[in-house]
Parts: sequence; structure tokens; C-alpha cells
Amino acid sequence: MNAPIPAAALTDPTVEPAPDAMLTVRIRRGDGFQAFTVARRSAQTILDVVTEIQREQDPTLAYRFACRVGMCGSCAMMVNGRPRWTCRTRVAAVAEEDGLTLEPLRNLPVVKDLAVDMEPFFEKWTAAHGAFEPGDAPPEDFAVVAPDSPERRAVDAGIECINCGVCYAACDVVAWNPDYLGPAALNRAWTLVNDVRDQGQAARLKAVSGDAGCQSCHTHMSCTEHCPKALAPTFAIAGLKRATARSALKRFGSRHFRRSA
Amino acid sequence: MSPLLYVAQRGTAVILAVAVAVHLGTILYAVRGGLTAGEILGRTQGNLAFLVFYGVFVVAAAIHAPIGLRSILREWTSWRGRSLDGAMLGVAALLLVLGLRAALAVYVA
Ligand code: HEM
Ligand code: SF4
Ligand code: SF4
Ligand code: FES
Repeated sequence: MNAPIPAAALTDPTVEPAPDAMLTVRIRRGDGFQAFTVARRSAQTILDVVTEIQREQDPTLAYRFACRVGMCGSCAMMVNGRPRWTCRTRVAAVAEEDGLTLEPLRNLPVVKDLAVDMEPFFEKWTAAHGAFEPGDAPPEDFAVVAPDSPERRAVDAGIECINCGVCYAACDVVAWNPDYLGPAALNRAWTLVNDVRDQGQAARLKAVSGDAGCQSCHTHMSCTEHCPKALAPTFAIAGLKRATARSALKRFGSRHFRRSA
Repeated sequence: MSPLLYVAQRGTAVILAVAVAVHLGTILYAVRGGLTAGEILGRTQGNLAFLVFYGVFVVAAAIHAPIGLRSILREWTSWRGRSLDGAMLGVAALLLVLGLRAALAVYVA
């Protein structure tokens, strides 16, 4: 079992570093750590630090990024024990005593150094029926969805996910139960459960139920605490628990208490 | 856990919350001036409301606890499958028998 995630350090991110300030960076490489030293710079991000080390000190260091502006979801790592998007995390906000410890994202297999294999994460996205299901005979016309309907609002609350895997790394249930679909996939499923055009709801509710599904969530809230997009997978999962319970009770009722014609 | 087990666990949790409160409240109220075993039995004996209340309490606990225990065991050990589910049914049966036996004993005594 993995150790619980430690509390975040609170440093003022607006403080400018001293001109000659240095940063000690411990990076996990396989079984051990390697230490690097880089200069502190103004508005420096964790991704800046890793890129500087890779370009100036050790070109064999493996890590992953693409957009650098918090859109692609590829740069997440464990920073001082907490999962974070590194392109939008300032060093000044998270460095502890001028030090940083960087590790690959928790709960996923490591490819090399700071790069993890995201495949299990995306496989679960698929397993949770995280894709829109238009049905065999999609309607001819556009569906009218009122922007302020409860369903549309529920979709809006969870739609901005960038697939960064931060929530997945933060979740202890994923660590304890490797089959658990995890907060991101379940959050995605909840946005589709609220999509009135989707034709695959029964199968989706079935897919998100059971020992790998939403009922296994203990409402620890780690996902919601860490999601860099400020989404709340915990509440999406609570919605799935209600929706699956309602549909299971309905099925149970029609099986046992209603006479079929 | 399946959605029906989920409903069963949360439903019984509501019953347990009320039952635990009534149970503790009654104890605190009843022993204010000191109470002997004889006096307690004097009040519970033949009291059908007492029997029904603790009967419901025991049934709720016997449903609630094994479902939760199953989740914990699945997370902290590698125990899975039918043997686990069977063992949890066993725990439910044990809680049911021991609990109902205790409630009945105090009712009849
Ligand atoms: C005041 C009465 C009670 C309430 C409101 C209550 C509520 C709950 C809830 C909501 C859960 C689900 C937690 C989760 O999945 O994250 C739970 C789990 C559990 N409950 Fe209860 N419960 C009560 C009494 C009891 C009693 C009397 C027992 C033992 C006989 C018990 C044993 C368990 C166990 C073993 C779990 C599994 C722990 C877990 O899943 O995290 N509970 N309870
Ligand atoms: S709320 Fe649920 S999904 Fe989110 S971290 Fe906790 S257990 Fe995992
Ligand atoms: S829900 Fe948040 S933390 Fe999880 S993958 Fe999406 S954006 Fe990242
Ligand atoms: S590099 Fe794209 S989100 Fe960080």
C-alpha cells in the first residue's frame, strides 16, 4: 500500500528569488534518485526546471510535455509527493527549503525516469464507456439542450478534463484496488450520463458499477483536492452512485414486484 | 460492490444512525439514578417494542457490516471472489444469530 499524500508546503509564489539562489532537485530515476542543481529564476515552473536539466545537464533524462500552457495534460508528475501539472506549477509555490523532489506519476507503470505509461488510464476511460454513443439510428435533427438545464450544468461541471492523470495518481482507492476505474474515467462517464443525446446509457451505467466502479469510491476527495482544472470527480462519482442505484432499484422492482404481461 | 449492495449498505446506515442514537440515549436516560441488571430485565421482559427495535437494529447491522468488511478486505488483502462473498454471508449469519439471540434472551428472561 502506498503512503498517504503529505500536506502541501505553503510558500508565497510571488516572492522573487535572490539573484544567486540555487535549487536542489532530486529526480527519481529507476530505483534511485539523482540530484541536480539549477538556478532559481523568476516565475520558474517545475517544467522549466526539468527542461533546463535535460537540455543543459543530462540529455538522457526522460519526461513528457507538449503544450506548456495547461491544455494537453501530458506533463503531470509527483512534486514533493503530490501529483501536479508541472507546466503551471511555480517552483516558488512548492519548493521546500530550496529543494524539489520529482517522481513519476503515482499509480501508473513507469516507462523511464519521469515518463509513465498512460495506457491503463486510457483503457479505463474506454472501459467506463467514456465515448459518446450516438446509437444505431442517430436523430436527423439537432438536439435542443437548454444551457441552464440541470443535465447541461452537470456536464459543464466536469467537461474541462485534460486527461492529465493527476486525480488518478492522487486516489488511494486506485492504489489499493488496481481494477478501480478511477476518478477521471468516472467523471467522464458522468458527463455522458447527463448528455441527453447519448443512446448508450444502460450499458454505461452497468460499466461504471461494481467492484471496479463508482461504488468503490470512499469519497476521500483527494481527486477533487488535486485536480488542476478544479473539477470535482468526487461529486461526479456521487452522481453515478445515485444514477446506478436508481436504475438497479428500478430493475429489481420490475423483476420482483411487477407482473410482466 | 454492486449497486444493490450499495443501496443496502447506505439504507441500513440510515437505520443504524437512528438506532445507535436511540440506543445510547436510552442507556443514558435509564441509568441516571443508577440501575441494576434486575431492573433492566424487569423493563425489557415481555416488552414487544423492545424486541422489535433491537430486532431491526440487529438485522440492519448484519446487512451493513459485512458489506463494508468486504470492501476493506478487498482493498487490504488479495482475497477475492466467491470464497470472500461466502465468508461475508457467514459473517452476516453470525451477527444475525448472535444479535437476535441476545435480544430474544433479554426479552424472554
Ligand atoms: C451510526 C451508524 C452508522 C452509520 C451512519 C454508518 C455509515 C456507513 C457508511 C456511509 C459507510 C460507507 C463508507 C464508504 O464506503 O466510504 C460505512 C461503512 C462501513 N460500516 Fe458503517 N455505519 C454505521 C454503523 C456501523 C456499525 C454498527 C458497524 C459494525 C457493526 C459498521 C461497519 C461498517 C464497515 C465495516 C464499513 C466499511 C468501511 C468502508 O467501506 O469504508 N457501521 N458505514
Ligand atoms: S473521492 Fe473517490 S475517486 Fe476521488 S480520490 Fe477519493 S476514492 Fe478516489
Ligand atoms: S479530472 Fe482533473 S485531475 Fe483528473 S485527469 Fe481530468 S483534469 Fe486531470
Ligand atoms: S504541458 Fe500541456 S498541460 Fe502541462
